[in-house]
Amino acid sequence: MKSIDLAVAEVRELNQALHDQASECLEREWEVLNPKGQHNLAVGIDQNLSVEVRGHAGYFCAGMNKKAHITVHGNAGQGVAENMMSGTVRIKGDASQAAGATAQGGLLVIEGNAGARCGISMKGVDIVVKGSVGHMSCFMGQSGRLVVCGDAGEALGDSLYEVRIYVKGEVKSLGADCIAKEMRPEHLEELAELLNRAGIDEDPAQFKRYGSARQLYNFKVDNVSAY
Amino acid sequence: MCGIVGLYLKNPALESRLGELFEPMLIAMTDRGPDSAGFAIYGDEVGEGWTKLTLRHPQASFDWAGLAARMQADLGVELDWFQNANVSVFKVSSDEASLRAYLSEQAPSVLILSVGQSIEILKEVGLPEQIAETFQLRKMKGSHIIGHTRMATESAVTMEGSHPFSTGMDLCLVHNGSLSNHNRLRENLKREGIRFETENDSEVAAGYLTWRLRQGDSLQTALEHALQDLDGFFTFTIGTRNGFAVMRDPIACKPAVLAETEDYVAMASEYQALTTLPGIENAKVWEPEPATFYIWERDA
Amino acid sequence: MSNETNWTSGLRESATFDRNTMAEIRRAAETGIYDIRGFGAKRKLPHFDDLLFLGASMSRYPLEGYREKCNTSVTLGTRFAKKPVVLDIPVTIAGMSFGALSANAKEALGRGASIAGTSTTTGDGGMTPEERGQSKTLVYQYLPSRYGMNPDDLRKADAIEVVLGQGAKPGGGGMLLGQKITDRVAQMRNLPKGIDQRSACRHPDWTGPDDLAIKILELREITDWQVPIYIKVGATRTYYDVKLAVKAGADVIVVDGMQGGTAATQDVFIEHVGIPTLAAIPQAVQALQEMGMHRKVQLIVSGGIRNGADVAKCMALGADAVAIGTAALIALGCNHPKYDEEFRKIGSAAGFYDDYQEGKDPAGISTQDPELSQRLDPVEGGRKLANYLRVLTLEAQTLARACGKNDLRNLEPEDLVALTVESAAMARVPLAGTQWIPGQGF
Repeated sequence: MKSIDLAVAEVRELNQALHDQASECLEREWEVLNPKGQHNLAVGIDQNLSVEVRGHAGYFCAGMNKKAHITVHGNAGQGVAENMMSGTVRIKGDASQAAGATAQGGLLVIEGNAGARCGISMKGVDIVVKGSVGHMSCFMGQSGRLVVCGDAGEALGDSLYEVRIYVKGEVKSLGADCIAKEMRPEHLEELAELLNRAGIDEDPAQFKRYGSARQLYNFKVDNVSAY
Repeated sequence: MCGIVGLYLKNPALESRLGELFEPMLIAMTDRGPDSAGFAIYGDEVGEGWTKLTLRHPQASFDWAGLAARMQADLGVELDWFQNANVSVFKVSSDEASLRAYLSEQAPSVLILSVGQSIEILKEVGLPEQIAETFQLRKMKGSHIIGHTRMATESAVTMEGSHPFSTGMDLCLVHNGSLSNHNRLRENLKREGIRFETENDSEVAAGYLTWRLRQGDSLQTALEHALQDLDGFFTFTIGTRNGFAVMRDPIACKPAVLAETEDYVAMASEYQALTTLPGIENAKVWEPEPATFYIWERDA
Repeated sequence: MSNETNWTSGLRESATFDRNTMAEIRRAAETGIYDIRGFGAKRKLPHFDDLLFLGASMSRYPLEGYREKCNTSVTLGTRFAKKPVVLDIPVTIAGMSFGALSANAKEALGRGASIAGTSTTTGDGGMTPEERGQSKTLVYQYLPSRYGMNPDDLRKADAIEVVLGQGAKPGGGGMLLGQKITDRVAQMRNLPKGIDQRSACRHPDWTGPDDLAIKILELREITDWQVPIYIKVGATRTYYDVKLAVKAGADVIVVDGMQGGTAATQDVFIEHVGIPTLAAIPQAVQALQEMGMHRKVQLIVSGGIRNGADVAKCMALGADAVAIGTAALIALGCNHPKYDEEFRKIGSAAGFYDDYQEGKDPAGISTQDPELSQRLDPVEGGRKLANYLRVLTLEAQTLARACGKNDLRNLEPEDLVALTVESAAMARVPLAGTQWIPGQGF
């Protein structure tokens, strides 16, 4: 395992070393020491690496990740795994706002709570949150799945497109065009598979499903108050 | 657009190290606010019937000793004072109104940065590191402190436009964000007798709180009104004589993180400002909810 | 009734409730929705036509028209990027999305720009292989919607443009109505086919310049500090916005004035938000000069640029380069009179067509209809655009030489005078024949 200590190395050196693996991978296992909330850690990786961040991360950790498996052993700041394409990002602690923003693929697991706007504009990623999510989560979510084992804040799934949302706990309020939907066998199966992949032990039958009512997909005068 | 940091000590044993613990927090927010920086420190409290003023004069050579001597003679008060760079702290056996009246009459070029029994506000244009050095922040003692680094948006980069803004006796405010209705509000507050030094939006938020408190609101009620009347984006930290309060707007885009241990409560715009605090690894760390108040105060 | 009849019969049209106003009230009453359209502001605004150059005669000496060199090349992104963008001409192609425009139109823009030695820009909706393949220098837009955003394309780009706003709609998000969401557009944007697309007005993962500074660093880290990062703003509080863009770490700032075009936005936005391009440039330049960053952080100006005189005037006011959008589409054949009959069938006329959002463009440009798109030959379109870009450059050079400059960027505000009080005040140049700059004392 290659270890980079950010008490002595710069973030630039870390990212360059990780990017250098894209063309020719010489080292698969990486460890980042003393991250101390610095920003832009392990961003833009394009290789099947394993990266253990030993501490808290700042903004945009694992941004635009492809293929890599990144674990933050602490909290993550704003926009963790933003626009992720593939791979896995796991946050052992809490994630700040806009976790998984616009992410297109892969799996984001947050073992603590996620802040506001979790999964905003998500475009295909799967997000599993063991704790609760903040307000406006999944705002304009386009595709992918969001699983919340705790509670959801206000205006969940506002202006939702095709994301399927599963929440076990309370939903403070649903956003415009987001409705509760029937949990059919295929959804239970899908949820079981997601929880399993995330390594979280929960009973899928305890969850409710939410999705788009698809009433705002094309402008209608009668919906004008929702605009 | 800025960085905010605050540190409130629950354990009095740490009070002698307040400045030393806080300095790296302020400096960690340099990238968020390279234009100016400042802090409000609470401690070294004066007794009942006394008032503590932080005064500033643009000229380093200003004759503070002369002003102190004249004040004592003219007002017949007891007075203790010390100088720190361009700023002097006056502790006077008198009340706020008399002191303000005297200074505006006798020393109109002196700016009053803060008034209270505990608060001192120190702020300047420049990088946080320079400002910490100028005022010898690391040597300061006290019970709690809030600070700010500024990236100026629309109003000028000046000392006056730097945070914290005084909002009344022992009260001050720092702000990250951008208010969108401050111009009309400033005009209304001026008619209510609130004075403004700058075109800064955050100063309007401070003036708003001053006005509400003057109307007899508690801090909590004043903040509830602020949520109704202030438009735009904000994370506020408000220093009080006994502690501090944190509040974010209902949309809550501007960042804030809180950390609590048995020894302290700390607040910052970014977690990296908290990393040098002792025991932070095991602290409870979380983000304040939108439109929710968090107030820590020790018993007066 | 013809105008002639109106005149003789003594009928009088209201200046307040003119025919356009009445038509709009009737339209609103029928539909219950605001008017959405493409193109830019149609109202009359103080513009570059209100400025004139002071050619050389006795006190200054002109350069010989065709023999003496007048440099037009410009390097963008010299502040932090390892590989700045080097262009032969200072006229670039502005960001226009695949989705709003057909794939052929995007390809034609890339071809034309490459022939002329300049850059083209992606738009809201991602980068197409056609466009990357045909563009020698391609700027990749990073927008709030992040449609089609991916790190591979980011690394393929020659520069990244973080879009905060657009001159046609500062403070507003984008729109693409369902009619234009075809299979391919839907797939690129991860949206169901045929639904209205609502693009956000704020970026999803940061708000404000302090957070933008961190975002810019993220983009630099992902691309290993290779390419320049532009910040694009719609012209409003330009003086402050430019200062903040510099503080946040931009290499290049793009200021889009209110004459800038759009594919689809509320008419009320297009006509009532923002400031004219002419007024924005001096604000931007003042901000850069006060920070000691003029020419170090380059300034690109767009919004209503049509000819070489406009280009030269922008540069004289302090821009390093300009960008064109609407004019480039017209060069490709947008609103061409040969389609007048077809324009009339869809309720418009050649020269008036602005319903880009409907996707029925007879010229085959602002459409996803395969049959209509076929009408635009990307090779031929590219050739026309290159011709037009060359004319813009030659015209600008002609004016610069006449003012005695061997480099377009040596044009200065002192080479200009204004014809109207408004343009003098906005451009901060004297009214012709006087030394009076309104608003700047005596």
